[in-house]
Amino acid sequence: MYDLSKVVVTSSPHIKASDDTRSLMADVCLALLPALAVSVLTFGWRALVLTVATVISCVFFEWLYNKLVHAPCTIGDLSAVVTGMLLAFNIPVAAPIWMPVIGGAFSIIVVKMLFGGIGKNFMNPALAGRAFMMASWPAFMTVWTRPGAEIPLFGNVTVTDAISTATPLASLKGGALPEADALHLFLGQTGGVIGETSALALLIGGAYLVYRKVISINIPLAYILTVAVLTFAFPMGGQERFTWMLSQILSGGLMLGAIFMATDYVTSPVTPKGQIIFGVGCGLLTVFIRYFGGLPEGVSYSILLMNTLVWFIDKKTHPRKFGYALDKKEGK
Amino acid sequence: MVYTFRGGIHPGTHADPGYKAATNTKPIEAMPTPEQVILPVSMHIGAPAKPIVKKGDIVDMGQMIAEAGGFVSAPVHATVSGKVIAVEPRLHPNGSKVMSIVIENDGEDRLHESVHPYDFEAMSNDERIETIRSAGIVGHGGATFPTHVKIKGAIGCVDTVLINAAECEPYITSDHRLLLERPEEVVNGLKMLCDIIGAASGIIGIEVNKQDTFAKIEELIKDDPRLHLYPLKCKYPQGAEKQLINACTGREVPSGKLPADAGCAVFNVDTAGAIYRRFHTGMPVVRRIVTVSGSAVANPKNLEVRIGTPVEKLIDACDGLKAAPNKLLMGGPMMGVAQFSLDIPVFKGTNAFLAFCEDEDKRVSDPQCIRCGKCIEACPMHLLPIYMNVYGRANDLEESLNCGAMDCIECGSCAYVCPARIPLVAQFRLTKSKIQAQRMAEKAKADAEKAKAEAEAAAKAEKPAEPEKK
Repeated sequence: MYDLSKVVVTSSPHIKASDDTRSLMADVCLALLPALAVSVLTFGWRALVLTVATVISCVFFEWLYNKLVHAPCTIGDLSAVVTGMLLAFNIPVAAPIWMPVIGGAFSIIVVKMLFGGIGKNFMNPALAGRAFMMASWPAFMTVWTRPGAEIPLFGNVTVTDAISTATPLASLKGGALPEADALHLFLGQTGGVIGETSALALLIGGAYLVYRKVISINIPLAYILTVAVLTFAFPMGGQERFTWMLSQILSGGLMLGAIFMATDYVTSPVTPKGQIIFGVGCGLLTVFIRYFGGLPEGVSYSILLMNTLVWFIDKKTHPRKFGYALDKKEGK
Repeated sequence: MVYTFRGGIHPGTHADPGYKAATNTKPIEAMPTPEQVILPVSMHIGAPAKPIVKKGDIVDMGQMIAEAGGFVSAPVHATVSGKVIAVEPRLHPNGSKVMSIVIENDGEDRLHESVHPYDFEAMSNDERIETIRSAGIVGHGGATFPTHVKIKGAIGCVDTVLINAAECEPYITSDHRLLLERPEEVVNGLKMLCDIIGAASGIIGIEVNKQDTFAKIEELIKDDPRLHLYPLKCKYPQGAEKQLINACTGREVPSGKLPADAGCAVFNVDTAGAIYRRFHTGMPVVRRIVTVSGSAVANPKNLEVRIGTPVEKLIDACDGLKAAPNKLLMGGPMMGVAQFSLDIPVFKGTNAFLAFCEDEDKRVSDPQCIRCGKCIEACPMHLLPIYMNVYGRANDLEESLNCGAMDCIECGSCAYVCPARIPLVAQFRLTKSKIQAQRMAEKAKADAEKAKAEAEAAAKAEKPAEPEKK
């Protein structure tokens, strides 16, 4: 006789892949590290301090919320860490440290947990948190420091002409090319928020995520290509097409948004066709806001707007099921 | 060229793809016959067989002890010689108690007079099919659909016969060893199937992790221009009927239809072998090869056992269990059925019995979908498991249907890749049964209304006749 006391009976399948939610989120964190490293090189250690503070805030408020509503603790899935990193990547390095801490509380409690926690939010928590801070403290959100400027590690930053600078997007808004050339933009030696400046570092992270099959390339490719095609076709201020296009796709939050924000699982379509439509939609809105809107940058609002259409896009882009003829109508 | 389909998963580790290393180099070992065999009358899909022996009868090996209970049914034969000691309900791998014939083995393996070779060439097609039917041959890959029914349905509309040698389920190596050690049985069985069905081509599809079998099979099929060997990519569920047909022929079986509607008929490796053995030696289905493996098994093996052997004896033959098991599985880990007892018999579709000691299915208490979409990528039917789950849980049967609920083959690829560990297949089974119940209820309602309308019409028709009677 054998000891069968531990035997359980469940529905098939009886084996599972090793990847789980936590490992996917850990991969995203890992993919964000190159951009963080470049940011520290460009803006100094304050970038790291702000990022760590935001991450701690996000994780803390998720823990607190679960504690208050007597729900099981969910911080182990690391999704709050990802939100924290992305939120910190969206603020200027000169911002006071308390600001992203409050922003993190908004992202986690209002945008994520009140809607039911991981997987239930309809907007990207980090981007919604950024929009919240932009509306609450616009002055702090638009202070740009010169790369390499000396700024305090913890204290408030007093902005002087010596350390302030214009972001590339502000120049582009007026139809002029930014002072930094394409190579500097690519490497991240320019003004901007903590995580957005280095296209190279963000692309390295994106390549890692695609290689690990954490994200599909559909959304970032469709997004960046749409912006590239539109800006190539319609250069402003009589600029040379190619240089103009290159400056547009390497400036601002496009890379960060396309690779890390628009690909957020919860708030992007799951069907391949839907992902391409989503990417193209984000690209169109971004260019429209950059060209015709009141703000210099349009990436975050484009993605937030497209977030609200995700279920509709998914519903309209069901793939052809196996065994259904090509010409036959889908679904039925 | 390697043939395949779109979707699917790659279970296993880099060092041990498909978890087959434990048994794929171990030769088939004939297990000593057990003291008694338990033969359920339901070892196939369809009507249960009807016992034709009673307690106390002496039976010979190969003797029919239960006759087919209908057209879609299969007879059962004694797999040892000896005495019938009980005809009573016994535990069946499906979890319920099923009428079974229990035979005490006298150890003589006395052959029944009906067991004699048949001259395949001289027989008419109807005689050949009857010979297959009377041997109790069913789909030995696990589905256990009666083979004679499949053959009859295939004649006239099928041009391609496929032998499913993908063996894509992890851990299982019984088909692999059969192909390697007795390829002539499979190839000759395929030739016979092509002859009976009148198919223009016969394809053996084998996953490339069994390349050691290719040389011998190439040698055996080279004289027959109808036969081909197709190497298949190692991917689960390569051996799912619809995916195999798609990989080998590029055709898609239309939704809700049978392989015959795509001009194909698919048979398992051992089914083809059983057909050959039936004509060559006259022996009905009395034994099969079972892979006994899994992390709890001390010495995993490929065993050739008599049908009806209690599973506990198989574990004994593999030097027992290393540790108290957490899961006992009849079949593979992707589609096999979890068991709670070892007192169940090996039946015709048992290709493996697995025992796992750790909690390999990694269950979590309150899984949350993160909408990663990995299930959509993995689905070999190109459905939307994520939304089938959402709508299924919300009891929205119509939307579940739209997302493909009834096309789901329950292969488990989506649940395997799900990082949130959502029990997707369990939900889909529930949704499917709800949809089926709804359809049945609708049909019953429509039938009742029709009957009522007919009765009313009949009553009206009778009325004018009444005055005349007066």
